[in-house]
This record gives sequence, structure tokens and C-alpha cells, in this order.
Amino acid sequence: MQEHDNTFLIEAVERYIMGEMNPDERLHFENLRKSDSEIDQMVVGHTLFMQKMNRYNEWQKFHKSLNEIHTNLSEQGKIDSIRLKGKAKVVYIYNRFKKTAAIAASIAGITTLLITSLFLGFSPRAPQSQVIKLSNDVKYLANKTHQQDKEINNLKMQGTENQPAVEIPYTKGGTGFMIDGKGYLVTNYHVVEKSKNIAVQNSTGHEYFAKIIYTDPSLDIAILKIDDPEFKQLPTIPYSFFKGHSDLATSVFTLGFPKEKEDIVYGQGFLSSRTGYNGDTLSCQLQMSANRGSSGSPILNQSGEVIAILNGRLKDAEGVAYGIESKNIFKALNELKKQNDGDSALNNLKLNSKTSLTGLSRTQQLKKIENYIFMVKVN
Amino acid sequence: MQSLKETIHDSELLLLKGLAKSDKKSVEEIYKQNYNLIQALIVNNSGTTEDAKDIFQEAMVVLYEKARSGNFELNCQIRTYLYSVSKRLWLKRLQQNSRFVSSEFENEENTVYVDEDLTDHDQKDNEYKMMHEAIGSLGEPCRSLLTAFYFNKKNMQEIAENFGYTNADNAKTQKYKCLMRLKKIFFTHYNKQES
Repeated sequence: MQEHDNTFLIEAVERYIMGEMNPDERLHFENLRKSDSEIDQMVVGHTLFMQKMNRYNEWQKFHKSLNEIHTNLSEQGKIDSIRLKGKAKVVYIYNRFKKTAAIAASIAGITTLLITSLFLGFSPRAPQSQVIKLSNDVKYLANKTHQQDKEINNLKMQGTENQPAVEIPYTKGGTGFMIDGKGYLVTNYHVVEKSKNIAVQNSTGHEYFAKIIYTDPSLDIAILKIDDPEFKQLPTIPYSFFKGHSDLATSVFTLGFPKEKEDIVYGQGFLSSRTGYNGDTLSCQLQMSANRGSSGSPILNQSGEVIAILNGRLKDAEGVAYGIESKNIFKALNELKKQNDGDSALNNLKLNSKTSLTGLSRTQQLKKIENYIFMVKVN
Repeated sequence: MQSLKETIHDSELLLLKGLAKSDKKSVEEIYKQNYNLIQALIVNNSGTTEDAKDIFQEAMVVLYEKARSGNFELNCQIRTYLYSVSKRLWLKRLQQNSRFVSSEFENEENTVYVDEDLTDHDQKDNEYKMMHEAIGSLGEPCRSLLTAFYFNKKNMQEIAENFGYTNADNAKTQKYKCLMRLKKIFFTHYNKQES
């Protein structure tokens, strides 16, 4: 019986993915997914596998047709393959084409090709209410660090009397990461919502005061600026920001400060859907475990490009998380510049477009990134 | 100059659109226009014509995937792109075989930045090989059954007849079992590689 059910379910999933269901059936199936997270995960997982199988099939056909073309063209003498004799001729060809290649390289323009995605687009739906924002109660944690820092802070205070009070009872926390070495960070709006004071702490435990300079509640994005004389500018950011849509199954990783953990924590997973909850096109769905406090962590792909900001997870499905796509950081930054027209410090702010992490091992990548990730503490 | 640019891009765009749909004419045209250049590159740098064919075809797969991806920005000619990818692929193979690489070959002249596309390709290529192995180790009748259904798009009725099952439902159950086995074999390797 069990087996029969599974056969039936897989068949339904496949028909759903291929878009073979009629509207009624589809609606019914989507409701089933909403109500049963196990089925939802099965759809996501199976889609991924089908995608890999499809690509395998397509590549195999493509290889076959390339081989046929190769044989045909060399028989017709249109490529040099078989008729090739002696090295002299090859050198000649190479030199001739070297010039063409140089010219080709010099005529560079930008062509954008929008090809309707051949992949199976579908939007997994989860009711908004089920998405928990990953903010985190770090009161006890903040107090602990504060006791440690108290003495140092007191010494600091003697010199600079006009600093804000040190003992701040922090109540909520998340993660943030640098978008510019001069002290600009991005995090989630819900992390800093209704806050009076904000402090950010790096992975070595140093704490700096920060202020909000921009918020967009609809995108759930906030931009902070470290406002602390103790803070020294950091070198160029190692990661870059990815503007486009990432492909399904892109391997991703993250670094953040989940709840009740003072140390930075690494996690990995993959992109499981191009849209977020309720088919939200501004966000994407990830298969990775996320904890409270991870809100605002960067989601990076293998070459070290930030593709999204982690901002939520599904309540009853372990391992389903959501991220806001990076292009929204560009958006937020542009808005910020508009609001502060003429502020040259802001105008010079530009998101890094070239990652320096490509080709490094994951451990090396993390070492480079770590310094740019901060715990965000608020009250 | 402007009009020259436009004509180049129009024809290239058409070729790429064709390539994305694996249209045979377009693939053949791209092949014809670029193969000799890449062969010369490989043969002049201690490769054989067989190597040249391999490298060129792999570069074609990279271009194919790029053309198929939803949002494709090509900021150079197809020729420059294929040249850059082939050069990197060949360089990698030479280094793997710890062969001597002349500094002249290593310089980046005439090439464009393709690092990300190649990282992406490596991952997909790996998965392709894993899938190939998984299907290979599946055994019969599973291999033929899944191939018939998923790759050759035969329906269950036809499959039941061809494979001698009494009805389509029996074939379905068998297909389900085979698919689960394939998934298990594939993900055992896949997860090993991920961690």
C-alpha cells in the first residue's frame, strides 16, 4: 500500500513539475504542498533530481550532435581536421586567426539575450504566517560580553565624556555584513526594527556603535554605518554582489551568528527555488538549516558572490530558508543615495563587482570573509 | 562602426538563440566558424587533433549552457568566448598532466574573463559524470526502462508492451523502484562530493 502511494505521489510530482496538471488539480496539489511540508520538500528534492537528469539527457544529445557535425564538416572539407598535414600549415592557420581573435576581442559590445528559461519554473508556496523571522534574543549574551568589556569601556569613557552610555540592555539580535570597508553594513530591517541603539560585534569580539542610515521595510533591508572612533577602515571586501538570478541547485554557503552562540557559524546548502514564500519574486528559497539570529547573514555562491541575504525560515519544515536577492541591496543603496543627494561619501559607495575568492578552498574563503561579518545587537 | 557592431551582434544573437534550442544549423555554423582556430591553438601548444576536438566540444558545451541560462549576457564575440574557454580548459589539462606550459601560452592576451562560467561548468560536468556512472551501474531492465520513459519520452503503455509487463500499472511500479535506486546511487556520490 505504502509503495502504491509513493508511486502515485512521484507521478503527481512529475506531472506537476512538467506543468501537465489542469488548473483544478494544480490548485489541489498546491494546497497539499502548503499543508504538508514533507510533500513540499519532496517536490523540491525531486525537481532538483529531474533537473539533473534532464541536463544529462540534453548534454548527451548535444555531444552526439557535435560528433556528427564534426564528422560531416571534416568530410566536406569545411574544417581542417582530417586533411591536416604537417605543422607548417597549422602555424599558418594559427597566425591568421590570431589576428582575427585580436580584432574580435576589440569589438566588444554588450548583448543581452533573454531566452525563456528552459527549466521547469514553479513557485513553491508557503503561507507567510509560517515564515519565522530569524531575529534572536541575545540579552544574556550581550550582558556577558558587556561585563567583559566593561572595564575597557570605562577606561575609554574617561577620555571621551560625550559618548553614549555604555550599559545598554540589548534585547534582539541578528547578523550583518559589510558592503563597504568604510563601515557600511547591510542587515534585515526586522533585526533593527524599533531600535534605539545598535552595536555590532565582529568575529574577534570587538564591539562598535552603529547607526541606521537607511531602511526599507518592504524589502526587509536596513543599511547601517559604524559610528565609532575605535573602528578602523577594513581593506577591500573580498566578496562581490551578484545582480542576476541564480540557477536552481547553485551550491551556497553562509556565515552568521545564530542564537545563543557567540562564535560565528558556517552553514551550506543549495538554492531550491528561484522564488520565496508565496511565490515572492524578490526572494529565493534555500535548502539549508537556518537558526534564529542568522537573519541578515550573507548567502554566497562558490565563487564568493553574495547572492542573497538570509531573512527567514519555514516554521515546521526543517532546512527550508528564505533569502532576499542581492539585487535588492543595489536598489536600497540607490535609494539611499537619492535621499542624501550630494553626500560625497555616500556617492562614492559602490558595491564590489569582482570577487577575489574564486578558486580558493572553502576554508581559505571563510578566513577572508569572517572579518566582514558582524553580530548585530540592538535595544 | 555602429552599424558594423549591430550586424555582428544580430547574426551572433541568432546563432546563440539557435544554439540554446540545440538547432542543428546554428550549432553547425558555430562549429564551422570556430573549430579551426581552436584546433590551431591546441596543436600549436603540444596537443593532438584528437585533443583539439575534445577541448573544442567541451567549450561548445560551456557556450551551450550559457546560451540556455535564463539571462545571458555576452559581452564579446562567440569566437572570443570560445577561444578564452578553450584556452583555459587546455591550460588546466596541461597542468593536470604536469606538462610544461610556455609563458607565452599562459598570458591572457585576446581572452575574456570566464572564471565563473568555468567554475559553474565544472560543477555541472561533475554531476553529468556522476549521473552517467549511476545510470551505468543501474543494470537491466532498470536502465532501459528509465531511459525509455525519461529520455525517449515513451508512455507507460508502450513501455509495458515493449518490456513485457502485463499492464501499465505494473510498469509504473517497476519504474518507481528503478528511479528510487537511481536516486540513491546518485546522491550517495553527490553528497560525498559536497562534504
